[in-house]
Amino acid sequence: MTLDTVKNAEQTPDAEQPWAALGLKPDEYARIREILGRRPTGAELAMYSVMWSEHCSYKSSKVHLKQFGDKKPVTDALLVGIGENAGVVDVGQGIAVTFKIESHNHPSYVEPYQGAATGIGGIVRDILAMGARPVAVMDPLRFGAPDHPDTRRVLPGIVAGIGGYGNCLGLPNIGGEVVFDPCYQGNPLVNALCVGVMRHEDIHLAQASGPGNKVVLYGARTGGDGIGGASILASETFDGTKPSKRPAVQVGDPFQEKLLIECTLEIFREKLVAGIQDFGAAGLSCATSELASGGSGGMRVELDNVPLRDNTLSPEEILMSESQERMCAIVEPDKVDRFLEICEKWDVIATVIGEVTDGDRLEIFWHGEQIVDVLPRTVAHDGPVLNRPFARPSWQDALQADAPTAERLKRPADGDELRAAVLQLVGSPNQADKSWITSQYDRFVLGNTVLATPEDSGMIRVDEESDLGVAIATDGNGRYAKLDPYTGAQLALAEAYRNVAATGAKPLAVSDCLNFGSPEDPDVMWQFAEATRGLADACLTLGTPVTGGNVSLYNQTGDVAIHPTPVVAVLGVIDDVNRRTPMAFAEEGQLVYLLGDTADELGGSAWTQVAHDHLGGLPPRLDLERERLLAEILISGSRDGMVDAAHDLSDGGLIQALTESCLRGGRGARLVVPEGLDPFVFLFSESAGRAIVSVPRSEELRFTEMCGVRGLPATRIGVVDGEIIEVQGQFTLPLAELREAHTGTIEALIG
Amino acid sequence: MTARIGVVTFPGSLDDRDAQRAVRLAGAEPVALWHRDKDLHQVDAVVLPGGFSYGDYLRCGAISRFSPVMETIIEQARGGLPVLGICNGFQVLTESHLLPGAMLRNESLHFVCRDQRLRVENVDTAWTVDYTPGQEISVPLKNGEGRFTADPRTIDELEAEGRVAFRYLDVNPNGSINDIAGITNAAGNVVGLMPHPEHAVEPLIGTGGTDGLAFFTSILKRLVNA
Repeated sequence: MTLDTVKNAEQTPDAEQPWAALGLKPDEYARIREILGRRPTGAELAMYSVMWSEHCSYKSSKVHLKQFGDKKPVTDALLVGIGENAGVVDVGQGIAVTFKIESHNHPSYVEPYQGAATGIGGIVRDILAMGARPVAVMDPLRFGAPDHPDTRRVLPGIVAGIGGYGNCLGLPNIGGEVVFDPCYQGNPLVNALCVGVMRHEDIHLAQASGPGNKVVLYGARTGGDGIGGASILASETFDGTKPSKRPAVQVGDPFQEKLLIECTLEIFREKLVAGIQDFGAAGLSCATSELASGGSGGMRVELDNVPLRDNTLSPEEILMSESQERMCAIVEPDKVDRFLEICEKWDVIATVIGEVTDGDRLEIFWHGEQIVDVLPRTVAHDGPVLNRPFARPSWQDALQADAPTAERLKRPADGDELRAAVLQLVGSPNQADKSWITSQYDRFVLGNTVLATPEDSGMIRVDEESDLGVAIATDGNGRYAKLDPYTGAQLALAEAYRNVAATGAKPLAVSDCLNFGSPEDPDVMWQFAEATRGLADACLTLGTPVTGGNVSLYNQTGDVAIHPTPVVAVLGVIDDVNRRTPMAFAEEGQLVYLLGDTADELGGSAWTQVAHDHLGGLPPRLDLERERLLAEILISGSRDGMVDAAHDLSDGGLIQALTESCLRGGRGARLVVPEGLDPFVFLFSESAGRAIVSVPRSEELRFTEMCGVRGLPATRIGVVDGEIIEVQGQFTLPLAELREAHTGTIEALIG
Repeated sequence: MTARIGVVTFPGSLDDRDAQRAVRLAGAEPVALWHRDKDLHQVDAVVLPGGFSYGDYLRCGAISRFSPVMETIIEQARGGLPVLGICNGFQVLTESHLLPGAMLRNESLHFVCRDQRLRVENVDTAWTVDYTPGQEISVPLKNGEGRFTADPRTIDELEAEGRVAFRYLDVNPNGSINDIAGITNAAGNVVGLMPHPEHAVEPLIGTGGTDGLAFFTSILKRLVNA
């Protein structure tokens, strides 16, 4: 096969090109020809096809994501905002934290182990590329029905992949979620979050400036894995009739990534790089075009210098390969020797593949001939922007009208029925203990883990001298979002915000992973538009900016989309981790207070799913000012030692939270149903803006006075006591029986 | 003058900085040792930390055992240098034949991370003198291949000579023979165990206990009194 050089492309304008097979639309191909003033070469076509894919270009979502910038709250905590590899947040004392959540959904369905493993690898490199030491990861996961045979293929593979990669990399896995719903059967969601820590002055950006500076590729050799991962795999709907997409999944080597981390941190310490970019989706195409477009000059790359795992790869394949564990640095010429020396120390292969030029073009050569000649911006940033049509689905009204009223769904009528409903709820797959899964992850490594799963948020000490810490929680509820995507996205934010505050940390910033179906379906696009609008509005009210994140579309099989599933991560700061609030009710005699208001709100609730397999009505109402007040009370209670334990109320309602706190602490509780409240509603409603706390008797007055003055309803509902949970006048449940119901479920289904 | 305790970093070591922290909290001076460097820099004792050295490719600890630093450690350990192998470090010690036996894949076939209760069975080793005989302690455990095994004769010998230093309590997390969590050599200077005492040295961190700290105060006491 002859090499398709720039010269050749000029001379053969009518040559057939495989643009459609690479995932490009006819108008996009025409636009590329227009930009170049000729047909693209094979290599250029490869670059444009991956960089203009939905996954890399955000072409369907861009117009909606703009709101996160337009409605950005005023905050001085944000050091780097949306657009870089990850946002950077000031947590005080000269320390900055960077965090981001991403999806690896499609690859994890095709090849669960490697898909989930490389999801961790990719997000960790994003954090590293900002100049930070990665310090923890989290994994929000969603699977199909727990008893479906394919879940037994997908779940163990994904969990083993996360553990296999993350454990070997030496990053504690401190939280996340595990949710089951048949809507994810053909489209499991594997989201991965990483958080990193650095000094303010260590922030690095993806830019290639300074003509003469060298472009150094370091890390793993480039192989044929992951070709088309972004364009073919992540940007299309699954279709059972097409050939397997397994070759589009990358293969990870966590050992190589660990070396890459330590090597890169040593390079940062010696201040040897002028710009840096990780290799993620779209590989070399993305790294070179983004670096060049972020800088002031052009870039010239000799593709022959790229170390290969497979010598038969074509230049197009080298440009598209998504081989893992690779980074690209811009290095001043007199620092190259030291750079290469450090790489050698860590047994990391490093190669100069090009240099920054004073022109404005990205030029790539192969065997001495030019195969790419483009303005890098046209590849990296000038991709198509689509205003996809969207419309409120025709079925939305009927879904919302189908409210779970007492007439529509039979509710437990007496103490015995309530007791049975509690056992059924806390033992259901979504509400059951997840330690069969989380015990396969190392949560101790690095020695700074203050709180980890199943606590409300994961908490990491970031400074050993001052005991400064950060807390992170991720939450999402596809059932709520299906009923009302606007409120559903806000409820996800509110829950993560509440979870962070429950551990005593002050929420500062947000990263989001927006998992939706096909943008080509106006129903899905409406869900997306509503969810982003809701999230942007709520972030503005709560003062927590979106710092970055990821959009995953085409999560659907055939015509059936997943529930719209915005997953929201909130990061908070705590000045002294010694003041953190755990969730365990561990002290006999402490008083249990319910904070917030409880109404009859069961739309989308865990109870309707478990007891009736029902989804209808409206999700709980949300009062963001109340959320903010509740958070302030929880933070004050922690700082001033007024509460010993706190647990947020969300899916499953009060009884779920109480069960978790009691089992964690090994203590029971005696409860009284507050006057005027129906026992069932008291126990199972999922009203937002609530938490339970355990208060030492000596602090009761101070605590209730604080709540009274600030206007937060605080109801004394009981006392920590004994080894049973008793709801007065209704039922008693021994902890042992609760524990058995709560802890055996997942292993019985999957183990 | 306090004791200098070396902590080896192999490529893929993960708990090396944690081990250094534990050494520091016990009052000794941690010294970073590099796998390519044969020189032990006059340390008084060595910790081989947890992790996945060389990716645990081929077999856990099998490649590390041939690294330059191990040449010196193997030689000096035979002459009495105190060495503690934690998790992957324990695997390196068995591969080096400084300790008998080998580690198999966990019985459950899964990686397991949990707070583990142990009984200290031997308080005469260089790393356990600060425990009381039979003391029950709680330290984190995290491994995929932690199931200690050896031929029956070796097991009988270990048991008869009191060289089983730690035994799992409540739950045997990996199916090891006789609930063995860690062992010592006959001289008591080389100790290996699967659980992670360096993760249990601060009341706030990890599982919230400090039961692991006595490993590091033990060696300090032994060295300073020597």
